[in-house]
Amino acid sequence: MGRYIARRVLIAIPTLIVISFVIFAILDLAPGDPTASLPLTVPPDVREQIRETLGFNDPFILRWVKWMRQMFVYEPLNVIERVFNVSIGDGSERTRIISWSSRGPVVDTIIERLPQTFWVLGLAFVFGILIAIPVGVISAYKQYSIFDNVGTFVSMIGYSVPTFFTGLLAIVIFSVWLGWFPSFYDTTHHVTDWPSFVFQVKQMAMPVAVLSLFNAAALSRFTRSSMLDNLSKDYVRTARSKGLVENRVLVIHVLRNSLIPVVTLIALQIPGIFAGAIITEQIFRINGVGQLLISAIQGADVPMVQTLTFIFAVLIVMFNLIADVIYGFLDPRIRYD
Amino acid sequence: MTRYRWLALVAVMALVLAACGTGTEDTPDTTAPSGDTGTTEDDSTDTTAAPDTGAGQGGTLTLLQWQAPSGLNPYLSGGTKELLASSLIIEPLAEFSPEGELVPALAAEIPTPDNGGVPDDLMSVTWTLKSGVLWSDGTPLTAEDVVFTYEYCTDEATGCTQSSLYAGISSVEAIDDVTVQVNFDGPTPFPYSAFVSYQAPIIQKAQFEACVGAAAQGCTEQNFGPIGTGPYMVTEFRTNDTALYSFNPNYRGVAEGKPYFGEIVLKGGGDAEASARSVLVLGEADYGWNLQVDPVVLNDMEATGIGTVLAGFASNVERIMVNQTNPDAALGDDRSEWNEGTNPHPFLTNPDIVKALSLAIDRQELNDIGYGATGVPTCNVWPAPPADSTNNDECLTQDVDAANALLDSVGAVDSDGDGVREYEGTPLRLLFSTSTNAVRQTYQELLKSYWEAIGVETELKNVDASVFFGGDPASPDTYQKFYADIQMYTNGSGSVDPQGYMGNWVTEQIAESENTWGGQNIQRFQSDEYDALQEELSQTADLARRAELVIQLNDMLVQSGSIIPLTWRGSVSAFTNTLTGVGNLNAWDSEYWNIEDWVRSE
Repeated sequence: MGRYIARRVLIAIPTLIVISFVIFAILDLAPGDPTASLPLTVPPDVREQIRETLGFNDPFILRWVKWMRQMFVYEPLNVIERVFNVSIGDGSERTRIISWSSRGPVVDTIIERLPQTFWVLGLAFVFGILIAIPVGVISAYKQYSIFDNVGTFVSMIGYSVPTFFTGLLAIVIFSVWLGWFPSFYDTTHHVTDWPSFVFQVKQMAMPVAVLSLFNAAALSRFTRSSMLDNLSKDYVRTARSKGLVENRVLVIHVLRNSLIPVVTLIALQIPGIFAGAIITEQIFRINGVGQLLISAIQGADVPMVQTLTFIFAVLIVMFNLIADVIYGFLDPRIRYD
Repeated sequence: MTRYRWLALVAVMALVLAACGTGTEDTPDTTAPSGDTGTTEDDSTDTTAAPDTGAGQGGTLTLLQWQAPSGLNPYLSGGTKELLASSLIIEPLAEFSPEGELVPALAAEIPTPDNGGVPDDLMSVTWTLKSGVLWSDGTPLTAEDVVFTYEYCTDEATGCTQSSLYAGISSVEAIDDVTVQVNFDGPTPFPYSAFVSYQAPIIQKAQFEACVGAAAQGCTEQNFGPIGTGPYMVTEFRTNDTALYSFNPNYRGVAEGKPYFGEIVLKGGGDAEASARSVLVLGEADYGWNLQVDPVVLNDMEATGIGTVLAGFASNVERIMVNQTNPDAALGDDRSEWNEGTNPHPFLTNPDIVKALSLAIDRQELNDIGYGATGVPTCNVWPAPPADSTNNDECLTQDVDAANALLDSVGAVDSDGDGVREYEGTPLRLLFSTSTNAVRQTYQELLKSYWEAIGVETELKNVDASVFFGGDPASPDTYQKFYADIQMYTNGSGSVDPQGYMGNWVTEQIAESENTWGGQNIQRFQSDEYDALQEELSQTADLARRAELVIQLNDMLVQSGSIIPLTWRGSVSAFTNTLTGVGNLNAWDSEYWNIEDWVRSE
């Protein structure tokens, strides 16, 4: 297993370098100008000067190499310095990846955006799993029962109705009509005591509920079909004929076997938590990573888009590996060596 | 057994959700007009405020800017959103009022020829600072800071977005601690560009000294937290998200109890409609900026009765630019090239044809659908008083018959019976380009139908705004290249004074491959008479004569048929009804220009 992981990690490195090059090339070929959002009153020669100072006019390869050095050498060193409170070499010599729209360090902005994205999407993910697995299990066990039919109906709705619709519906009902929840998310809010905690729960309630429904819908269908596959297997009949109680048959034998594909699916979805939910963040005005990405794309903020997409690429490659490793642990029949 | 355990879990979660719901009913957070969420922070201001004057006692003011500021240095990020956010902190020498008049900010008075601030030769202007103004860190503001601001922005490597405001200046010198003299390269009848309005505020020398030139981009701490003389100072800044401000205890108005609000939350994200809903329907915020929302929707929201929509008008006009050169793709590299006037458009250089196009338009209908109360139909390139022309008002009423007659009279008739007129053998077919934007596409559809009625065929095209307005010389779709017969967008003057703006259409500003399409004369308009008048304008100091000249320039542009003005566009914002002291919406300067006077009344 150790050799397998090491091999996979080694393969991942060239993969990621190629990915970063491809992202860079695509962004370079795409039309866009960081000065396009300036008012028309800013004259063309000033725009040219701004593009020059941003390095927009540098040759493609030079920018890529510069970015690679900042991303793989400078920024990790900065993080190490900050975490361990030590200084390695002259920190001021290391140029950081600077956003073209804010002139702020890209990595700091991403770190600033992570908490809200992480909380909302992470909670929605956890709730989604907590709802989906029991619903999927019961639906499969009591196939075609009322519970199964209702569950199927709700998950079909959750899966097929887009979040920008359920989100707006939630705002109209719970913010406009009932006045329970605020319609925008305060990223500067700190939880210090009970009332501030209540406020935090309130401002997260709607986006988390909407995303949970969406996550749970797909996952519960997946759990259900995986359970159904296993329920008709021979080993289930054997377990029952041995006289095991139904609960044991269901939870120990069937569920455990059915979870293998479900766990893989969950692991592969985790990078999405970091990537943010662009539409949901936009509707509930949660200025998280998704909103950061979309506004960076609109503003032709190449360093920001480049860094964000690359981080997503790293996470996806990483969790693919993790999913494969977990698979091996869950299913002893699978051997990698 | 397990089944019930699962059900119990679901039930518990349902209870948790229900608890969230009931917990909110007894707290009036969401119905209170401002972010009451900050109640704990509000209390802390009582200790810092000077209780005797009442400054900073007003609690929290919540401003929504759905396009959030990316930075707080107006010299590096020149979008209106950043200018607004920084105008709470840093101030210029003088500001423009909503009526377009100059009001002293850091200056003691506006220098004029009458008070000796502007000499007769118009070669300089001398500003005197208010005495005793302090930066928020307690140090005094001096003339050195003003000189430094000039040096900062004019250093080429800084990449200053406002450097055009400092153009034409030979030097800026500090005469003494409170006197600054700005010397110009040539006579400057309107010397109020540098250091005036939220586009050109004074930054602190001590803070930005190490950030001049190439170092400017890396000065994150300074760019996100400038020290200023204004009523507020920034306490937390999150790029493209939120800015938190607290009132500046060193502000010169503190003795008079200004500013009223102790804290400001400037929140971004979402879109214009969500912002409008937050202010006008939910009362979650006190102010919502730039609410370009369908006028019907906005009216419905305003009818809730807890907020009011304000519109302010500067000089922005949605207009159709009429290509004076031939954009035929068959010309290859010569398409839309002026080539010293040798490449005229086959029919759009005929003023009567363009006049017919203009007469066929129902401007009122366009305005009602697109902008409602936040737009006014106009026939002028320069719409703002006192230099607004009345000579072109004929076009305000749609007159299809007159348009048809005009086309017939110049010989543009449908000779082959295909429903499209021909002029000297060329069918009147237009390629109409604009940026992607719901209102613009509605305008396009309507315009197409108006012109169909007079036998002119239109092909519509729209380009993503970041490409259309981006200056990429490699892209064929930019508005500068103008590879279309007509194109539509909004432009206006950054200054109250029209001189610089009207200077866009002189011959040397024609956009062409030679200057990599860097000129501002997008429609390739050329008139020696226009150039001479513009030259005269730049030498004339008399205000009445200046207005006269601007009207003449405006009429030449419109009557030449190179620009078809459509709508005078206002900026539109909404504020909650408990907020008083806002006054008229300022479209010439920062909408927050008088924020120190804003008060909450119950």
